[in-house]
Amino acid sequence: MTTSPRTPTPVRGRLSAALAGRPRTRLALLLGAPLLWLVVAYLGSLAAMMVSAFWSVDDFTGNVVHTFTTANLRTVFAPGLALQIAARTIGVAAAVTVLDALIALPLAFYMSKVATPRVRTALIVAVLTPLWASYLVKAYAWRTLLAPDGPLSFLTGGHTPGYGLTATTVTLTYLWLPYMVIPVYAGFERVPDALLEASSDLGATPGRTIRSVLLPLVFPAVAAGSIFTFSLSLGDYIAVTIVGGKSQLLGTVIYGDLITANNQPLAAATALLPLLAIIIYLFALRRTGALENT
Amino acid sequence: MRLTRRKMMAAIGTASIVLLAGCGSSSSTSTSPSNQPTTTDGASSTAGAANTAGTPSSAATAPAPAGGPPSVPMASAVGAGEGQLNVIAWAGYAENGSNDKTVDWVHPFETQTGCKVNVKIGNTSDEMVALMKTGQYDGVSASGDATLRLIYGGDVAPVNTALVPSYSTISAFLKNQNFNSVKGQMYGIPHGWGANVLMWNPAKVTTAPTSWGAVFDKSSAYAGKVTAYDSPIYIADAALYLKATQPALGIKDPYSLTEAQLDAAVELLKGQNKSISEYWADYTKEVQSFESGTSVIGTAWQVIANTINGDGKVKVQSIVPSEGATGWSDTWMISAKAAHPNCMYKWMDYITSAKVNAQVAEYFGEAPAQAKACSETTDKNFCTTYHAQDAAYASKIAYWTTPRTACVDGSGSNCTAYSEWLTKWQEIKG
Repeated sequence: MTTSPRTPTPVRGRLSAALAGRPRTRLALLLGAPLLWLVVAYLGSLAAMMVSAFWSVDDFTGNVVHTFTTANLRTVFAPGLALQIAARTIGVAAAVTVLDALIALPLAFYMSKVATPRVRTALIVAVLTPLWASYLVKAYAWRTLLAPDGPLSFLTGGHTPGYGLTATTVTLTYLWLPYMVIPVYAGFERVPDALLEASSDLGATPGRTIRSVLLPLVFPAVAAGSIFTFSLSLGDYIAVTIVGGKSQLLGTVIYGDLITANNQPLAAATALLPLLAIIIYLFALRRTGALENT
Repeated sequence: MRLTRRKMMAAIGTASIVLLAGCGSSSSTSTSPSNQPTTTDGASSTAGAANTAGTPSSAATAPAPAGGPPSVPMASAVGAGEGQLNVIAWAGYAENGSNDKTVDWVHPFETQTGCKVNVKIGNTSDEMVALMKTGQYDGVSASGDATLRLIYGGDVAPVNTALVPSYSTISAFLKNQNFNSVKGQMYGIPHGWGANVLMWNPAKVTTAPTSWGAVFDKSSAYAGKVTAYDSPIYIADAALYLKATQPALGIKDPYSLTEAQLDAAVELLKGQNKSISEYWADYTKEVQSFESGTSVIGTAWQVIANTINGDGKVKVQSIVPSEGATGWSDTWMISAKAAHPNCMYKWMDYITSAKVNAQVAEYFGEAPAQAKACSETTDKNFCTTYHAQDAAYASKIAYWTTPRTACVDGSGSNCTAYSEWLTKWQEIKG
């Protein structure tokens, strides 16, 4: 940048001149605020939660006793109720993820490779529109649908799953579907049509093309979507309260420990279970190589 | 080297973004723990200080009632209102016309005193205790299983009854009870009392039940249609039933259970779980559950039966079964950290005054604590129906109270504590 001696340097010019030779300052200005937020607000609160898992609660008054104890962790990680519920929750989360993937793959393929631009836009709008409606509205809509005297029961002659784990899985699958469709759609978009043509030119059947060309290329996208559906299902406690009947998931147990039982330390210890599950899931995905191209 | 590091960064980046997104759904579970320590800190430090004053060596162990509650200053005068009032109340206790236009005693209070009332509905006693510990509320309508925890936790202040004119005519058998006072010092103003009822939908349950057995060992008749109260205190309902049906267990008081007695109650509830459609803690959930046909029989409050019959979608009936019932005796208490103490004192006087107490009692379906309320009810037989003046009847209800190792009925020190009930309750739900 050249500045003539007669005109004064504009402020913006001076600022960029000042920053020009200082890459570290530039980086600090750029990332300072988001990093501060991430470390203090997010990791800080996680750390506070983990520390409180080692405290206990006075039996009678319900006040937190700040004395180190591993009793909560032993309760949570001992073979028994908590682990059993954790296994059930992971099962639901896995089922939701698989169902979402099964629905999203053909839908996203159609949107990306078959549909005309007009239909494609319509489908994208259709997939995204439910995100504009409140979570609670959608969950209650399913409660109404699945009610003993509800529309589903009327249509099927009473053969509905009723409230329970099945209803929870169905509701969660519906709720998180857009989070799976959008990444998978983007994944298909990045697969050049030429590759599919080349595959068929080389004599591959459509099935072979899907198995050997298409699926390996969109796998990272499915993995990305699955992280959303899996972790969102793992933490859910509202849908299961609304359509889950009497069943408990980790979310409801943590909520119960925290709100009903007023036992924040035990809730913190229990909250380590979904945290561990998602960390293990991420490491498992990393081993498959799905995270490397994202 | 460079490449692998970049890959790692990418993986970590994706992971953290995803984790952040994942927390969206569980925001209340993941954010409240971080808020909690600061709020509970304050509460526990006051209790801790008082604890050392009372029983110097047992700061870490449970402060037994013998140690005396922490000293919290008591008001000596009521000044002008502060313009605001934040109370935690049972559903139906502080109606402002939003549920039923004809049911409104909050607005008249606001015009009288200039205190704008913000009501937070508490669904269970545990929730009320947890909310009070935040220190953000001026008062609470606490049941007997919350009162002592609040008093000994230093969360509520003693009440200067001389500043509450309505107090003088409260039924005598509700004053200076072990759940609302310590050594002759009242910690609140009695509000009302009543029994938990057995409610059913006569369209689906054709023979009217007379025993709690209909929701316990004979519940399989309504498999998948039974509802129960989602709180550990509900174990007492099972114990009350066992007290009447299995004398061999030797249960005297449903809140003073030995290990063996608790196990028997838990067994009964595990059997009941097979017939449960869903548990309710939120009273609107039970209303919805009955109206949608999800549940047809279960424990309820009279106000729930009244609400359902008022809506008219289904009809329900309710009784106090032959075994008797658990119940509540509620007390309006003032927070130790009340930001609007004058408004709270005015509220305690207002809500227990004859006319208003009669209105609340009739709407909620309970016996009013105010003796003069009986002449103000629209149904002149109301107080007779609810045995409001009948101290002998009142003594038969097993009022909610917090189970402790030192048996609450004074029978010994081998009872099970509430924390154990909590664990058992989660086990029952499975």
